[in-house]
Amino acid sequence: MKYRDFIIRRSLQIIPTLFGLLILIFFISRILPGDPARLALGPEATKEQVEALRRRLGLDKPFYIQFLVYVEQLLRGSLGTSLYTYRDVMEDVLVYFPATFELITFSMIIAVIIGTLLGIITAAKRNTWVDHIFRVLAFSGVSMPRFWLGIMFQIIVAYQLGLLPTTGRIDPFIEPPKHITGFYLIDSLLCLNMEAFVSSLKHIILPAITLALSPIAQIMRIVRASMLEEMEKDYFLVAKANGLPENILIYKYTLRNAFSAALTIIGLLYGYFLAGAFVVETVFSWPGLAKYGIRALLYKDFNAVIGVTLVIGLFYSLVNLVVDVLYGYLDPRIRLRMEVKR
Amino acid sequence: MKPLLRVQNLKVGFSIFDGFMKVLDGISFTVFEGEPVGLVGETGCGKSLTVKTMLRMLPSTAHISGRIFFKGEELLSMDEDRFYRLRGNEIAYIPQEPMNSLNPVFTIKEQMIDHMLFKGLRKVGWNKYYSLRKNKERINKALEKAKEMLEKVQIPDPARVLDSYPYQLSGGMRQRVLIAMALLASPSLLIADEPTTALDVTTQAQIVKLLKERIFNERLATIYITHNLGIARQVARRILVMYAGNIVESAFTEELFREPLHPYTRGLLDAIPKLTKEEVEGIPGRIPDYVNPPSGCRFHPRCPYRMNVCSKVKPELTEVKSGHYVSCHLYEKGKRV
Amino acid sequence: MKGYRAEELRRMLYRLKKNKLSILGLILVSTIFFIALFAEIIAPYPEDSYKIHIEKVFQPPSWEHPFGTDEMGRDVLSRVILGSRISLILGISVIIVAVSLGTVLGLIAGYLGGFIGSLIMRVTDVFLSVPSMALVLAVSAVVEPTMENLIFAISFGWWPWYTRLVYGEVLSLKEEEFVQAAESLGAPSLYIMFKEILPNLIPILIVKGSLDMGYAILTGSILGFLGLGVRPPTPEWGTMIGNGRLHLPGKWWLTFFPGLAIFLTVFSFNLLGDGLRDALDVKLE
Repeated sequence: MKYRDFIIRRSLQIIPTLFGLLILIFFISRILPGDPARLALGPEATKEQVEALRRRLGLDKPFYIQFLVYVEQLLRGSLGTSLYTYRDVMEDVLVYFPATFELITFSMIIAVIIGTLLGIITAAKRNTWVDHIFRVLAFSGVSMPRFWLGIMFQIIVAYQLGLLPTTGRIDPFIEPPKHITGFYLIDSLLCLNMEAFVSSLKHIILPAITLALSPIAQIMRIVRASMLEEMEKDYFLVAKANGLPENILIYKYTLRNAFSAALTIIGLLYGYFLAGAFVVETVFSWPGLAKYGIRALLYKDFNAVIGVTLVIGLFYSLVNLVVDVLYGYLDPRIRLRMEVKR
Repeated sequence: MKPLLRVQNLKVGFSIFDGFMKVLDGISFTVFEGEPVGLVGETGCGKSLTVKTMLRMLPSTAHISGRIFFKGEELLSMDEDRFYRLRGNEIAYIPQEPMNSLNPVFTIKEQMIDHMLFKGLRKVGWNKYYSLRKNKERINKALEKAKEMLEKVQIPDPARVLDSYPYQLSGGMRQRVLIAMALLASPSLLIADEPTTALDVTTQAQIVKLLKERIFNERLATIYITHNLGIARQVARRILVMYAGNIVESAFTEELFREPLHPYTRGLLDAIPKLTKEEVEGIPGRIPDYVNPPSGCRFHPRCPYRMNVCSKVKPELTEVKSGHYVSCHLYEKGKRV
Repeated sequence: MKGYRAEELRRMLYRLKKNKLSILGLILVSTIFFIALFAEIIAPYPEDSYKIHIEKVFQPPSWEHPFGTDEMGRDVLSRVILGSRISLILGISVIIVAVSLGTVLGLIAGYLGGFIGSLIMRVTDVFLSVPSMALVLAVSAVVEPTMENLIFAISFGWWPWYTRLVYGEVLSLKEEEFVQAAESLGAPSLYIMFKEILPNLIPILIVKGSLDMGYAILTGSILGFLGLGVRPPTPEWGTMIGNGRLHLPGKWWLTFFPGLAIFLTVFSFNLLGDGLRDALDVKLE
């Protein structure tokens, strides 16, 4: 099948997966012990209050009816009502999602750039002191609890040194930029609102770095490993023996081949980014989807929890799709394999 | 004829998990300008290692001693920039496995242009890289030369090949491309590391013929590594026979085939199936363990003519007849004992 | 069975010894286990897991209280030490559950295959379509905050990875000669799965298990931090950080030391796991 067909087919695969996810979530929520309505209202609620809530949430109806109701709701574009904000969860999601997406993407870009660079450098300077230091740092980075790091950053950088703000997305006294994409950094640049841009940048740096630390280390490791692998390969040795310059060899020739391995990790890493976002958003009071989700969890806001999980699932699947597609672009042999397979 | 390459007492070893591997045990030989030399021996005898040492492509865990002179300059101690220039412009390398020897994600055109523009430089500033790459004139000139080289290696449709990716070409084609790439800078020394072993017999014959032509036309000094004596006979003017990290015999080709002196060489020649229906005899035993090599002459455990002295003293490479050297206790001071 | 001949064992030990980092990891991990085991004896104020000393609240680090005291006057050092036991129990339990479940399911799906096999893998894929953290959080939010439920919640997100890993390994092991040999001798499937294939899974499971141990503990502490973990006054590292956070920036020791403990624990298990991976020569995808 052609490359284009592959992309289409792969995109369609998302639907059954998400459907399965939906079933799974519903299943979980019904099987687990604990009455959602009671959990939401707290131990002081009276029986009547709990019953009323149950009826309102439709919890008294059998499982499959609840499921159908939910799906029907979903097809209408609604994710149910949040017990906390009293809005449709879909609305809440649309409000909070851009903040999380901006944070994750910014963090991801930092991680990929720094991680790849470090990976190349440590591979090129293998076994020198540079290599050893970075590898130790990488090891520490992977083991570091993100929330602890975030708090440490807050204490040291923000409080002691006063360099960067501790919480929030933008200075509370500055108007957020006009909502075009929902991403403060981009929107403020588009409106040439430099004040908002600088403030947003200052606010996003600490959470982004906290999020990015472990991925930097992981990307660095895998880029290093696959670069070293490529450097053992025949084409590398032949090109070197025939006089191709060192830096071209490394940056142009090996990197392209080594990067495929890194791509796999990057796709997987989005999962880590999302997971880390929960914690980082809490520590830095970043008004994003993860924080919203946590609050929903703590307050047993049922629909919100399901809604957030679905959105995350969708997002994650999309990212993996992009990764798969990129694979084909990077390595022409995969494109060929696809064309040959009938 | 002037000597181009002189190897003096080269010893190479590796420390590994089980101990220390002493592979190359002090080899010395000379290659003259324009002379094709065959380096023959079984797998594992150290032929590839020798040339890799020459190209300074060994891992840093290798222990190297001895000297290698190229046009009078010592290679192993040369500074990196100078060595890069030498390696790129004067020495060329053709590998054994054409399948994996070209970068799979770039077209042939891309790779050849890179080689042509930047060969021999150790580092290329990014400015320089991009400005040269964008320079239409230079690129076109380079492409013309590339087409020329591809034609010289008997590729019928150079334009198509240039636009292809390596996986779209057959093994024989890839090998030709590799040969073209190697000869781009008009080197004075060609190192061919078993270039036809991985090809099928018909293609093998074509490539050998092609190489012979190129070597003759460009007057290339060559080190042609092979374990196939038949091919060595076609290509080489002189043959060096290696065993277990030592050169055991060195002679002009026809002389070697007419009168092989070393028992190992004899064994190799006897092992070639001939048209007479005699049975083929192999050489009993296997190549030695480099961590604990046999004492004295490394071949003595497998040698049908071994004497007491063979396990005690290592024989020197001595000239027995004019131009014919052997390293064996059977021939002391030029006479058969 | 494709067994470990004496030489391979020797090679393994050689690699293990040569890798100084893994020895360090082993020492560190053993130290942590030791501390957890003898927590009550080592901690200077073992009763501070539940006792309150209002008169001593918020004391900065000093000789009597090297890690300071918290909002209830309890000695932070003791609580950190006591917390190690909780974290270790959590980590070990999660890994045991995840490994067991994952291995059994992976074996069935990989070796027996069929309808059940594909069903198992489909379910696994669905679980893996969201980041495990999301699942863990979702489950922990709807259950009572007890230790058992916590273990359950974390295992919920962990087991699919083991299933997939074992599945892949079993698929390739299935084609090996020793399996074919056993099959041709008429050995029953259960026997082949558990007596022949399973032992070959052990190295990879050990490596992954030890690498994951740190992260299981980390996940547990994240849940504690977010308020979804075991209820106070249980001295769990994450919960301590979560509570201590409210008193920032002044009383930094409340958050710093438990966090340091988590970091060192994860670090040690990573060292050990890495070293084991090199020694056992395992390739993890």
